Amino acid sequence: MKSFKNTIIENVSRRDLLKGVVSAGGLVLAVQFLPRDAVAGQNAADQYATGAGGMPGGAVWDPRVFVSIATDGTVSIITHRSEMGTGSRTSLPMAVADEMEADWSKVKIVQAPGDEQKYGNQDTDGSRSIRHFIQPMRACGAAARQMLEKAAAIAWSVPDTEVSAMNHFVVHTPSGKKMGYGELAAAAAALPTPELKRVTLKDPSEFRYIGKGNVQITDMRDITMGKAMYAQDISVPGMVYAVVARPPVVGGKVKSFDAAAAMKVPGVLKVVQIPATPAPAKFAPKGGVAVIAKNTWAALRGREALNVTWNDGPNADYDSDTFKAQMAANARKPGNVERNEGDVDAALAGAKKVIEREYYIPHGHHATMEPPAAVAKVAGGKAEVWACVQSPGGTRGDVAGAMGMKEADVTVNVTLLGGGFGRKSKCDFALEAALLSRDMGGTPVKVVWTREDDIQHGFYHSVSYQHVTAGLDANNKVVAWRHRSVSPSLMSNFMPDPKRESALELGLGLIDTPFNVPNLRLETGEAVSKTRIGWFRSVNNIPHAFAMQSMVAELAAELGRDPKDFLLEMIGPARIVDPRKTVTSELWNYGDPWETYPVDTGRLRRVVERAAKEAGWGRKLPAGHGMGIAVQRSFLTYVATVVEVAVDKDGTVSVPRVDTAIDAGFIVNPERVRSQVEGAAVMGLSIAKYTEITFKNGRVQQSNFGDYRVLRIGEGAMDVRTHIIANGIEVPSSGVGEPGVPPFAPAFTNAVFAATGKRIRNLPLGEQLSA
Amino acid sequence: MQVKVNKQDRKYEGDPQMPLMWYLRDELGLTGTKFGCGVGLCGACTVHVNGKAVRSCATSMKDVAGQAVTTIEGLSPDGNHPIQKAWRAENVPQCGYCQPGQIMQGAALLIENKKPSDEEIKSTMAGNICRCGCYQRIFAAVKAASKEA
Repeated sequence: MKSFKNTIIENVSRRDLLKGVVSAGGLVLAVQFLPRDAVAGQNAADQYATGAGGMPGGAVWDPRVFVSIATDGTVSIITHRSEMGTGSRTSLPMAVADEMEADWSKVKIVQAPGDEQKYGNQDTDGSRSIRHFIQPMRACGAAARQMLEKAAAIAWSVPDTEVSAMNHFVVHTPSGKKMGYGELAAAAAALPTPELKRVTLKDPSEFRYIGKGNVQITDMRDITMGKAMYAQDISVPGMVYAVVARPPVVGGKVKSFDAAAAMKVPGVLKVVQIPATPAPAKFAPKGGVAVIAKNTWAALRGREALNVTWNDGPNADYDSDTFKAQMAANARKPGNVERNEGDVDAALAGAKKVIEREYYIPHGHHATMEPPAAVAKVAGGKAEVWACVQSPGGTRGDVAGAMGMKEADVTVNVTLLGGGFGRKSKCDFALEAALLSRDMGGTPVKVVWTREDDIQHGFYHSVSYQHVTAGLDANNKVVAWRHRSVSPSLMSNFMPDPKRESALELGLGLIDTPFNVPNLRLETGEAVSKTRIGWFRSVNNIPHAFAMQSMVAELAAELGRDPKDFLLEMIGPARIVDPRKTVTSELWNYGDPWETYPVDTGRLRRVVERAAKEAGWGRKLPAGHGMGIAVQRSFLTYVATVVEVAVDKDGTVSVPRVDTAIDAGFIVNPERVRSQVEGAAVMGLSIAKYTEITFKNGRVQQSNFGDYRVLRIGEGAMDVRTHIIANGIEVPSSGVGEPGVPPFAPAFTNAVFAATGKRIRNLPLGEQLSA
Repeated sequence: MQVKVNKQDRKYEGDPQMPLMWYLRDELGLTGTKFGCGVGLCGACTVHVNGKAVRSCATSMKDVAGQAVTTIEGLSPDGNHPIQKAWRAENVPQCGYCQPGQIMQGAALLIENKKPSDEEIKSTMAGNICRCGCYQRIFAAVKAASKEA
């Protein structure tokens, strides 16, 4: 970037200099993006409303915010979402580049700081990046292209219709003469931004990159050379290092500590107490005692010397075994009715056979390969933060609140995230860094979380107990389905504990139960929150899908039916299921409109059929092998998975093959969809076989990868075959990062049943087969 | 004490117990060596000491006195070691954090064993955790690099 004259769009680092020059401003759409007929000359079918406008900051489309062109032709494209491995940092700018006919090799990607007013919503979670921003980003690129074309037409004094942009040049079609984007940049910048109504998107047949999977992730070379920078890697001049001893029990407080002993460790600079925040604490730090030192090692040794004692508080009684028994008891009692169709009680009373089953999934933890970390400098009434956060905008607000500053005085620089999975939506670690830098009088402080800190002070995937009752009539038809879900709510971070799943959690694969059963009732039972609950990749879809998809397979086995055929029968004919008619509580469809994203059982059936076909469902298997199938609509995407297991004589289970069919609407980057599906199988297998966080005396009993076991290479899911349902651009893009996870565990346990006859209802599998 | 890092001689006078990882990251700024677990369980901090893979988080400075340490930054001057090329060809990374450790582990394997079997690749790479779940591509990349070498 040479100077502002060389750019058509302001450079983010110089926005103050350029203020006023770009007063044309961006268009912030309050409710939805690209309602039908918003874009002139377009096929109305590829315009649809999303819930983007309902998120903080909404959706912004403004080429002046997202695109700039230097005189050498370098096109800089802002990416405003955090990159944690899904590829959105590449895929969204790629869509801009495609629409603007930019040559990808001349594109530079610039990570936006937290600023939702300017860039729109930055909460990189909920599998929303493509879903909410593919349309605004395409519009940005198309508008930039039109400005470049217009600039060339003016320069050549020819009609607009005689010029067209092509691969970083604008060409005058009759004469063949052309001008490069760098040459046109200044003139294009001087033109007004076209109105959204006058922005013409490409026809999909003209795409160079969108839908092709031919663009490698932008950080590929840096990653393979060790140059990619994560928050743990950030260093700023004068920086010191901190680690924090946090209360082992949520809500606990420091009783005593030995600051002098810590100060004796060479390199230790200061010992600082961080206050605890009473519940509901949102993402406020847990409190504790920080040791600040010249390097991480000295800080760690200083922390060991602290000898902190704690007042544990009321959560010291949290015990996973006791809690499981309480949840089971509550799951066996009538709960709050959340959706009700027909008369379940009467149908169960009149059923020829009633089958009741219970399923349990313990707490889980993200264990991102990069433990949380942040650097902060708080000086002169301003705060600057460098952090691996999924929530740059929210982090900015929280830091401003904690520091008593205006958001305008807080800068949140977003590093690459070494994994996210929901953990890094919570900015407690960034807040710790800001508090400590302020305490150090403005010296930049890096807060390093160790793996033990990460595993013992997380926001845990909620523990859950599911109780499902089905009634069969004389013809062996399922005439009643009652599903009671008991799980502490993550809303306890934000409000007095609701003691049951909230609308948001019910929306995660329970309230939209698609089964074609005349009498259906979904209930929630009471469960109090005794730790910090957080969303974890696909969230409550994991227990909901595990219970529903296990139960369907159990019924199939009971009736001697093929599990795939019986699953299709439970789903019923292709139709739109509309839970709006029968819910008795607030309804949440991932924040998106039901009209754009209904529950479509035709699409659900199609992924089941596709996965089964590709897997060779019913084929002859070697001894000890079994196949299982499961399906779940989550994040508005339909995913079915067939897992093949091989169980050896001592009960060790491997997974030789996985076939997953995914219908996520129009696919922007199929190569990254495949990587997400492969990764979801690995994470799903970790959940199914190993991961479990347990509490005793309020304390997490696991501490590192030795006792919090996760899947390693060679332990299965090494042959994951992804089958993408091909859709035209008229089918709204939906989530990809999370939906691969929920069907995996039930497909796996269904396969274990097929191989061994043993039904696994408590996860993780652990040693259950060898016992 | 003296230590050679990426062919450069270095003098170190700090705590001899300090893990090599913190020296590389905090003092030399070689942050391609990642901090993952601190106890040798995840492999994110893998470097080479005299050509052999070691977990730098579980190797103290006194243990590398007079030794030659190679980090991901020193693996290849242009980033075109066969394993790095294979990594790009297979589109291995998702978040990328564990990948330098994976690459260093894979590169060390190929120094020791030019034609590892599938089982040897898996058992050697099993010390390196990837939470994104890139395992099938990691395997494919190491295998492809072994054919190249």
